[in-house]
Amino acid sequence: MEVFLEQLINGLTIGSFYALIALGYSMVYGILKLINFAHGDFFALGSYVGYTVLVFGSAFVTSHFGLWGGMIAAMLVAAVCVAFVGVAVERAAYRPIYPAGRLPAVVSALGASIFLQNAIMVIWGPRYQAYPASLIPNIHIQLGNIHITLLQIVILVLSFFLMGALYWLIQKTTFGAAIRATALDKDTASLMGINFNRVIFFIFTLGPALGAMTGVMVGMYYRQISFTMGWNYGLKAFTATILGGIGNLPGAMFGGLILGVLEMFGAAYISAAWKDVFVFLILILVLIFRPTGLFGEKVAEKV
Amino acid sequence: MPDKNKTLLVNQKLTKLFGGLTAVNNFDLDVHQGKIFSLIGPNGAGKTTVFNVVTGIYTPEGGKVIFKGNDITGKKPHEIVSYGIARTFQNIRLFSNMTCLENIMSGQHCRATSGTWASIFRTSHQKKEEANIRTVAESRIRQVGLWDSRDELAKNIAYGSQRMLEIARALGTDPMLLILDEPSSGLNQKETESLMEFLTGLIKDEDITILLIEHDMNVVMGISDWVVVMDEGKKIAEGHPEDIYHNARVIEAYLGSEETR
Amino acid sequence: MKYSKTLNHNPFFGSRHSVLIIVLGLFFIYPFIASNYYIDIAFFFGIYTLLGLSLNIVLGEVGLFDLGHAGFYAIGAYTTAILNTKFGIPILILIPVSALAAGLFAYIVCSPIIHLRGDYLCIVTIGMGEIVRLALINNPFDLTGGPNGVFGIDFPTLGGPFVIDSSIEYYFLIWIVVGLTIVGLIRLQNSRIGRAWNCIREDEVAAGTSGINVRFYKLLAFVIGAALAGVAGNIYASKLMCVSPESFTFWESCLMFCIVLIGGMGSIPGVIIGAGFISLFPEIFRPFAMYRMLVFGTVMILMMMFRPGGAWPRKREGVAFQSLVTRMREKDA
Repeated sequence: MEVFLEQLINGLTIGSFYALIALGYSMVYGILKLINFAHGDFFALGSYVGYTVLVFGSAFVTSHFGLWGGMIAAMLVAAVCVAFVGVAVERAAYRPIYPAGRLPAVVSALGASIFLQNAIMVIWGPRYQAYPASLIPNIHIQLGNIHITLLQIVILVLSFFLMGALYWLIQKTTFGAAIRATALDKDTASLMGINFNRVIFFIFTLGPALGAMTGVMVGMYYRQISFTMGWNYGLKAFTATILGGIGNLPGAMFGGLILGVLEMFGAAYISAAWKDVFVFLILILVLIFRPTGLFGEKVAEKV
Repeated sequence: MPDKNKTLLVNQKLTKLFGGLTAVNNFDLDVHQGKIFSLIGPNGAGKTTVFNVVTGIYTPEGGKVIFKGNDITGKKPHEIVSYGIARTFQNIRLFSNMTCLENIMSGQHCRATSGTWASIFRTSHQKKEEANIRTVAESRIRQVGLWDSRDELAKNIAYGSQRMLEIARALGTDPMLLILDEPSSGLNQKETESLMEFLTGLIKDEDITILLIEHDMNVVMGISDWVVVMDEGKKIAEGHPEDIYHNARVIEAYLGSEETR
Repeated sequence: MKYSKTLNHNPFFGSRHSVLIIVLGLFFIYPFIASNYYIDIAFFFGIYTLLGLSLNIVLGEVGLFDLGHAGFYAIGAYTTAILNTKFGIPILILIPVSALAAGLFAYIVCSPIIHLRGDYLCIVTIGMGEIVRLALINNPFDLTGGPNGVFGIDFPTLGGPFVIDSSIEYYFLIWIVVGLTIVGLIRLQNSRIGRAWNCIREDEVAAGTSGINVRFYKLLAFVIGAALAGVAGNIYASKLMCVSPESFTFWESCLMFCIVLIGGMGSIPGVIIGAGFISLFPEIFRPFAMYRMLVFGTVMILMMMFRPGGAWPRKREGVAFQSLVTRMREKDA
């Protein structure tokens, strides 16, 4: 039972990473029908920016904010930096391609991803980097026979807070309604007075920002980061997006969480080596029996 | 009523649900061979849904579709085409980046059998079939007056021509029953008259039957042998065009009852 | 007015006859004047062309997003590797066997998912490709050699002294296979099969109601595409004499995807150009090692900006894909 609960918490932790990244994919996909391959690299970039903040600003940060403050500071700096990059990528690589159609956009997204990934490699070097251990809170908690770390709890709380905030923004505010409307029908939404450019700006700052913050959390959780992590996490996160249903933000969140939990259980009870295969098989089975994802997509098609 | 003995298509108690919405409700429709039948009704009545059920795009929750004595309910669209039913769409669905001629040739696909190997090795059977497909497509494209546009991409021709091209593609399948969904939509008066002439000519010259959805009453009155009226998923009237024109229930369905007018 | 032969998509005949002669001439002379290193580059150009052609059927002709094509390539390569090293079966005989294995695999895994809508199909193909790669790494039944792969693959032999083991011979082998493939694909393009594929790409629903068995033709495209990728895998395996999972990553699938798109969807000469770009680009930029991928990514974006139809779009689509720049100019005018 204890192992089960521990694995559940592990699963939810990694699941929340997937969920936060998946939100970025889902937002862009819902509105532009574009698989933003570069999104995983926003996440990786955030992780590296956070690393830089912590390594080079460590003295300043710890003396002013303490360890936890350091993490939050790193997250915020990463979020802002990557948000800039996100908007830049949209302007440079995506906006000019929209008129050409979806497939050219996919190639362009791939190109942007290659560029970002290699930019990270050029700037920070091809080897793994590690978040400095001294800056990571290492407090363990024992609840009965269950063993978890304070870091995990903080990450879970932060992640759920971020997810909740985004959910509130999308579902309960007027601007959120504008985003949902644009996702359903871009042209009619703009005819109704919704500023398409503002919506785009929003999703290309918020999505990458969320991804960047996730990157910092992953850096703190796993400590080791590499410039290819964008690819790895990105693929799983995109899987979570599809699992939850295209364009469905709550679906993306749940998809991510479910994916994380499945992956952990797959690793623990089946085999660590086959866990990814297990996860993909689940995805394929879900899509066979529920072609529009677990929670259904928000797209209408009239014949 | 037109010749009851030559019933080509029977829709029996057709019911189609979309979640909570009953789009088609216990709907009956018989179509007789060699005639032009019109299905009319206000928007949202379920007419296109009936067409989609007949042509296999939807599977009905209840009821049957019987064609030439065969139960075709729930069969796949391409199977239904080989039985002999072809259709056009309300929003024109042509193969935009293919030429007009190729659009019609695609109709002949189901009337040929050459497979992958035959096509790679160009067997004599395959060559004969290709030539035949071409010949049939060329005669149909001439029939609708688009010979000069045969090598144009379908998306580059005029709207009225696109409507005719879609009909020609449907004719390319050698159908016994031609189902047309608002064929005159978007056409000007001259084009509409030419369409009406074309359809009546078709009935006279070929062994074909036509079922159409129409909103243009001139077309309905002008060429139909029989009119069926639908509202909110149900049949509310049927009869000769003149009788339907003056039918109170029909008028009410389109314009609303006295109180709400 | 003279109408072009619309059904003859082959741009090599007619007025371009002379260009073809020159190209063929260069093709024959090249390996005799180039060093082995450069002949090998031309070999890989051929492999990527074959892979691009195989994906072109699925992506270019039918319009299905397949981002897991490296999986089929892997199946072909490993089938050859395993059957040759464990049972000594000759390489050339394994060409059709690998094709069959990859095709059969495609049939089995694609059947349950072929009805999925474009984007969902995309993610499933990505998943399939990853499953193949991960399965190969995990060495099930001790067949695949794990991360190190399988070594000791033979050279193809036609019996006796006729062994294909030099760079020049491999060069000719791959390009002859590519040539035959091109002939076959052009014939398919101009047949009812090819038309059916294109109709499905244009409008699946209308294709169905025009009498085309959409499911069958989608599966057919995948099977043929997989079989061709399997053949590429066979030749690749015997050239390298070993295979390992790292040659068959998601990145490879992306490369193949880019080949088809950069060259021009559904366009056979376009695929050749795309494959050329993908295989020659890293070579040209080798001196800039660290930065070349930055340039590569940038070029991809720029290509889509200025020639989204591809370097050599299929004639009909060439009309459609106006350059963005032209459109922007028209707007300002």
